[in-house]
Amino acid sequence: MTDVLTIDGLGVSFATDAGAVKAVDGVSLQVAPGEVLAIVGESGSGKTVTAKTILGLLPETATENGAVILRSRDGQSESDIVALTKAELRQVRGRDVSMVFQEPSTALNPVYTVGWQIMEGIRAHGQVGRAEAKAKAIEILGRVGIPDPEVRVDYYPHQFSGGQKQRVVIAMALVLNPGLIVADEPTTALDVTVQAEILDLLRTVRDDFGTAIVLITHNMGVVADLADRVAVMYQGKVVEEADAHTLFTAPTNSYTKSLLAAVPHVGQGIERAAERARARPAGWAEQAPVVQAENLRIQYPGRLGRPGFVAVDDVSFSIRPGEVLGLVGESGSGKTTTGRAIAGLTRVTGGSLRVLGHEMNGFHERAFKKVRSEIGFVFQDPASSFNPLLTIAECVAEPLVVHGRAANPAAARGRVDELLEAVQLPRAYGNRYPHELSGGQRQRASLARALALEPSLLIADEPTSALDVSVQASVLELFAELQREFGFAALFISHDLAVIDILADRIAVLYRGRLVEEGTGAEVLGAPKDPYTQRLLASLPVPDPAEQALRRQELERLRAAG
Amino acid sequence: MTATSGSTAIAHKPALWTRLPIVHQVRQSVGLQRGMLVAGLVITGVFVLSAIFAPLIAPYGYSQLRGDNGPFGAQQPPGADHLLGTTVGGYDVLSRVIWGAQTALFVIVVAVILSIFAGVLLGLVSGYFGGWLDRVLVVVCDAVYAFPSLLLAIVMSIAISGGRSGLLAGVFAAAISITVVFIPQYFRVIRAETVRIKSEAFVESAQVLGASNSRIMFRHVLRNATRTLPLIFTLNSSEAILTLAGLGFLGFGIEPTAASEWGYDLNKSISDVTSGIWWTALFPGLAIVLTVLGITLVGESLNDLADPRLRGRRAVGKSSGTVAETSVVPGGTLDAVPGGIDGLESGHGSADGDLATEPEGRS
Repeated sequence: MTDVLTIDGLGVSFATDAGAVKAVDGVSLQVAPGEVLAIVGESGSGKTVTAKTILGLLPETATENGAVILRSRDGQSESDIVALTKAELRQVRGRDVSMVFQEPSTALNPVYTVGWQIMEGIRAHGQVGRAEAKAKAIEILGRVGIPDPEVRVDYYPHQFSGGQKQRVVIAMALVLNPGLIVADEPTTALDVTVQAEILDLLRTVRDDFGTAIVLITHNMGVVADLADRVAVMYQGKVVEEADAHTLFTAPTNSYTKSLLAAVPHVGQGIERAAERARARPAGWAEQAPVVQAENLRIQYPGRLGRPGFVAVDDVSFSIRPGEVLGLVGESGSGKTTTGRAIAGLTRVTGGSLRVLGHEMNGFHERAFKKVRSEIGFVFQDPASSFNPLLTIAECVAEPLVVHGRAANPAAARGRVDELLEAVQLPRAYGNRYPHELSGGQRQRASLARALALEPSLLIADEPTSALDVSVQASVLELFAELQREFGFAALFISHDLAVIDILADRIAVLYRGRLVEEGTGAEVLGAPKDPYTQRLLASLPVPDPAEQALRRQELERLRAAG
Repeated sequence: MTATSGSTAIAHKPALWTRLPIVHQVRQSVGLQRGMLVAGLVITGVFVLSAIFAPLIAPYGYSQLRGDNGPFGAQQPPGADHLLGTTVGGYDVLSRVIWGAQTALFVIVVAVILSIFAGVLLGLVSGYFGGWLDRVLVVVCDAVYAFPSLLLAIVMSIAISGGRSGLLAGVFAAAISITVVFIPQYFRVIRAETVRIKSEAFVESAQVLGASNSRIMFRHVLRNATRTLPLIFTLNSSEAILTLAGLGFLGFGIEPTAASEWGYDLNKSISDVTSGIWWTALFPGLAIVLTVLGITLVGESLNDLADPRLRGRRAVGKSSGTVAETSVVPGGTLDAVPGGIDGLESGHGSADGDLATEPEGRS
């Protein structure tokens, strides 16, 4: 059988302000009909550029060479995407190849109904009547698992949830029955429980429609769940290509090995947490908690006359000195709000929240300012957490200057150098501007700034979610090391159970603003009691195809039961 | 797992003169964009130079009516004595045009100085604190937008000097009326940037540290919010010139004995046009058009060049360039972007720069 896609010696260069930059360098790949090829790699590896080339979606600043041969489903025609004109490209797109985007909320136009948007694709390729196109749209919506497609075909995108929007995007990609779908990080923007459902759908697409899928992802768990064959990209080249089972069990390339080793697994941290618990002195549990929340409630003000949105409701927990509490939950669960409330960035509207002996319900900034030197905060996005116009040394010196420990950034330089070395950054990096550092380095510098005043409490809000997996591993390791050394208590917020597990002494699970489960890692991850925690745990894909197949069955059992 | 990759030397900084604002943009631009920018810069340069060196360049004074050989005579055609002829009032057209540049530059400087400080400060405070103060200021500014600036300028000129005025009164009438209209523009731009920057993590980070509001506003927000100011500055300059000329044309401008002003000369040349005397209207008119065109070209080009999506680049050869390092090295690579430090605009905020220089975006 002929391949639906043959990429031969593809090279892509971009014109940038700094001259030519090569993004893809001599990539050759084949995709057979009905096969799922996963292209994995970290940011900058060229995987997205490769995917966009397949659809001819590269910007004007790009120059391509090599060949991208695309065959239609019936094998009648084949075309070289690199050589096509714009009009010919439009013919090929949708009919022979289509795309599923990363962010479903931006891939759909909010002012048209989803039915209209699906029909637009149908009517762009051939003379199809309105009624016929609509019938097709309804049929395809039903096939991707949208309930009541006859009614919902007239819905607008905002009337769907994130997962359903992604289903609609997949329906749009499928409607002309192309032989190949390119899915660029199709589940990255989704919560882990929704991700599992979309992966199921993509598996159905492959089996029922016989569509080949090129899956672009950085998540090894997703690859293990869905892919038949895997190509690992690094610095614009394919460094290893193998079937999924071989790649995960016997990787040959050293980069692939380090990539797989860096993926966090659930269960890694349980032993370490138990060891730490044993090492605690007697009477530790009776110490006054650093943070104590009782029936905490946080409500955002609503529009005039409407009730506000309750982000956190009736949550109670405590963090004792030197303890790491992992707060896990999906988007909208209130985990970030809780962290911000502790740092005094969001107002508490009900219950009680005591931070270092200071009541946060109705707090005054002036009285709280003294306490602030005891709190460090690490933000999620390393790109925006530093003032772009100040050097790293000036940024790290900021807390020392604000709290009067140093007269100006220059006077604090000695201490800044110590801090930079503590987070394993060379002293000379202090003279650089934030944009001259990579994401992982910026997050280290962010840790240095948070630790500058030797706080007794550190709040880390998803500090590694914007980082590549290998960088994430080293930042997590650094965090654990610093926590051992400085002995601060920490609230570690993340959506990823595996990440939380590595660091946390205790884990708290938030679901829709409520605390559904709290306990040690062994309790919560080993034997979860709450059905939501069970589902969350079962939805987390693991980087091992054989084990992942078992977990999938377990998840189906839970869904059937729940 | 240390970031020992620090051994690679930092890409050395480019020479100082290439990082100066305008020079940097000229070097950065290509093709049509460079043509527009250079043309604008040349015209603006001629305007500014003739304004500064008017006493040296102009053959006669702006109010001079007689030379060594007696009076100039009215409506003399261009000739050896008067390169561009004389006006109906007997002034030398070339001298009036050159001296007029000085008045125009004066108005620009006064108007911008008056409006920029008030506008920026109000925008910063309003955007940062929000609340009722913000709402009141926004409504007031919207109301000012609805004012026709020329009408306001006429009212001002009458209020200041009863309609007919000397140099200072005329200049201030134009400048104050422009100021009133410009403050909302600076206010709007700075407020929008402040609201955006306020939610950036580095501002929240400063709040968590307990930094005072004034420290956050001036150290963290203000410097990041000012990057669109050069653009509004250029656009406002051309509007200032047009308002001054409009005032002069309507007869509310500056007396010819106090200073030279293009709008006044245009007004006086209306009757000349029908009688075939073209030089009295053409040259002041050209001066207005060219000055506004030059300043607008500079403004538009700066705007295009500041936005990486609008900025043109030279096409690259097939499979040229080097593959950028990716962040697989523990702790990340040294080059944040392909090309390292040089790849980003220095001091222009990294968010947009990243967009331009990272071929893949976030993946």
